[in-house]
Amino acid sequence: MSVLIFVENWDGKFKKLSFELISYGAKVAEMLNTEVVALSVGYVEESELVKLGNYGATRIISAVSDNMNVFDSQAYTSIIADIAKQEHAKVIILSNNNSGKAVAPRLSVSLKAGLGAGVSKLPLSIDPFIVYKKVYSGNAFSNLMIKTDISILTLAQNSFELIETANNAGITKVVIDWNGLSVKTKVIEVQKQSGKILLTDADVVVSGGRGMKSPDNWPPLAELADLLGAATACSRPVSDEGWRPHEEHTGQTGKIIAPNLYFAIGISGATQHLAGVSSSKFIVAINTDKDAPIFSAAQYGIIGDAGKVLPKLVEAVKELKGK
Amino acid sequence: MKILVCISNVPDTTTKVRFVDDYKKLDITGIQWVINPWDELSLTRALELKEDPSNNIQTVTVAHVGLVSAEPTIRKALAIGADDAIRINAEPSDSFFVAAQLAQVLNTESYDLILCGIESSDFNGSSVGGMLAEFLGYPSVSSVSGVKVENGQFFINREIDGGKEIVSITTPAVAIVQKGIAKEPRIAAMRGIMMARTKPLKVLEPTAMESLTEVVGYEMPKPRAACKFVDSENPRQLIELLQNEAKII
Ligand SMILES: Cc1cc2nc3c(=O)[nH]c(=O)nc-3n(C[C@H](O)[C@H](O)[C@H](O)COP(=O)(O)OP(=O)(O)OC[C@H]3O[C@@H](n4cnc5c(N)ncnc54)[C@H](O)[C@@H]3O)c2cc1C
Repeated sequence: MSVLIFVENWDGKFKKLSFELISYGAKVAEMLNTEVVALSVGYVEESELVKLGNYGATRIISAVSDNMNVFDSQAYTSIIADIAKQEHAKVIILSNNNSGKAVAPRLSVSLKAGLGAGVSKLPLSIDPFIVYKKVYSGNAFSNLMIKTDISILTLAQNSFELIETANNAGITKVVIDWNGLSVKTKVIEVQKQSGKILLTDADVVVSGGRGMKSPDNWPPLAELADLLGAATACSRPVSDEGWRPHEEHTGQTGKIIAPNLYFAIGISGATQHLAGVSSSKFIVAINTDKDAPIFSAAQYGIIGDAGKVLPKLVEAVKELKGK
Repeated sequence: MKILVCISNVPDTTTKVRFVDDYKKLDITGIQWVINPWDELSLTRALELKEDPSNNIQTVTVAHVGLVSAEPTIRKALAIGADDAIRINAEPSDSFFVAAQLAQVLNTESYDLILCGIESSDFNGSSVGGMLAEFLGYPSVSSVSGVKVENGQFFINREIDGGKEIVSITTPAVAIVQKGIAKEPRIAAMRGIMMARTKPLKVLEPTAMESLTEVVGYEMPKPRAACKFVDSENPRQLIELLQNEAKII
């Protein structure tokens, strides 16, 4: 028996989210009294692979092929399913990110294993297997019972702390027969934005709404983000109006994020907006309207005009961070 | 070519959700039901594709797994412009069950492209599209932000961490869509509403299938501590609180 964790790599590197997954998986394995197997697919150097051991992976399987050239949900499902069978996986864990969402449901059918998507806590019990997950876009949570022998979980991003352990992991290499998987998708073009902090990875996010009044007022917001090492975001009307790029739209129909700190500046706090940001650890709101719903979701607030408050905030950060 | 759009029937996104039966069931009194926002956008994009004759798309069908109470939502999809609809007459107990029922439709009727939303705004499962593809052995592309047709071939934009990818896919295939797929959801016009009444809505009986998961109870989010206000003349205090009290910057 084992807990199997699918760890994605980005150009051969892991991220904080990979280590969160392993830390989480190690705790689940402890509850089940079993071992933690990390599965990496695609070429990753040994010095990087071994890092997975620092968070509790007892064995690391590195599945590689020279011919892999696309993230194909069907092919990845088949690779993970084969390893899951071989490892007698009782629980399979993926991230609730783009690739986890693409693969986990297919895996659920392939292995006939119930799926708990977007879990944000350790299982509440293991017999029966009950997980905790958001429903109604964050307006409630459910206790979901998985009735099958094998459970598949996708972990909500930034919902679990990193836990370091002594590393005694061994690495096993497996060669994938990629050509035998008859891949039906083909990459035509890749457009990467480089050099920017990804909204979904950022610990701090500075976000502007219609209360920012005009795209010309963004420089102090961007400067605040820069000073804090934060990513920038916006509400839907702001991206609809073309004030900011679509990639920045957060909320129910945009990106769903869970940073440690979220600045909502000139954002009213509509339920559809909160659906994308309510899992943030702290929310700071700046709004002229003292009754704006955003203040009910925020821990810290300033009632005031963003145009006037932002430059002062920038000065304060410069001063206090400078120390 | 034919497109199938799978639609889910969900509470309006501004609904204040409440539960009954000791937090075991959603209280449906007063709830307004709508097409899941993603599915509405998928339908919009499917209709846009059909309107361009060079894409050679003959029909756009919507499919829903649910009881007769969901028919107003299905009629709304027809009013927006779908040509016909299929309802599989069963309580949608979990995403595995729903995907299995939808797969049944695809066993008798073939479609070139199947569109599903990335998640439903009620269970936030992000599951049905991928499950359906696996049941059928079709390829699937997730996090899709654009679909177009060129020379009879589907090209799909998908979001990847830190960028976008354009991929081509062999049909039949499932595309699981998110932001960007269409700009604004299309709204039903009066003529559409009139026409929807007579458009075909086929009702199929479900196949025997179990569900793999079950909600055993709901919880409300923990109330957040009251907001602490800082004087707008002195934002410096905010930064100090974030540093010393919250300890996050
Ligand atoms: C199906 C559906 C899905 C949706 N999905 C999303 C989504 O994903 N994300 C999203 O954001 N929205 C979404 N919406 C829209 C949502 O309902 C709100 O309309 C939107 O979030 C409002 O954006 P806003 O807060 O920027 O603008 P507004 O609601 O216009 O609020 C502007 C705020 O700025 C304040 N303000 C004005 N002037 C100033 C100033 N000088 N300084 C400081 N504050 C000021 C005002 O008091 C107000 O609170 C969705 C809606 C629907 C129906």
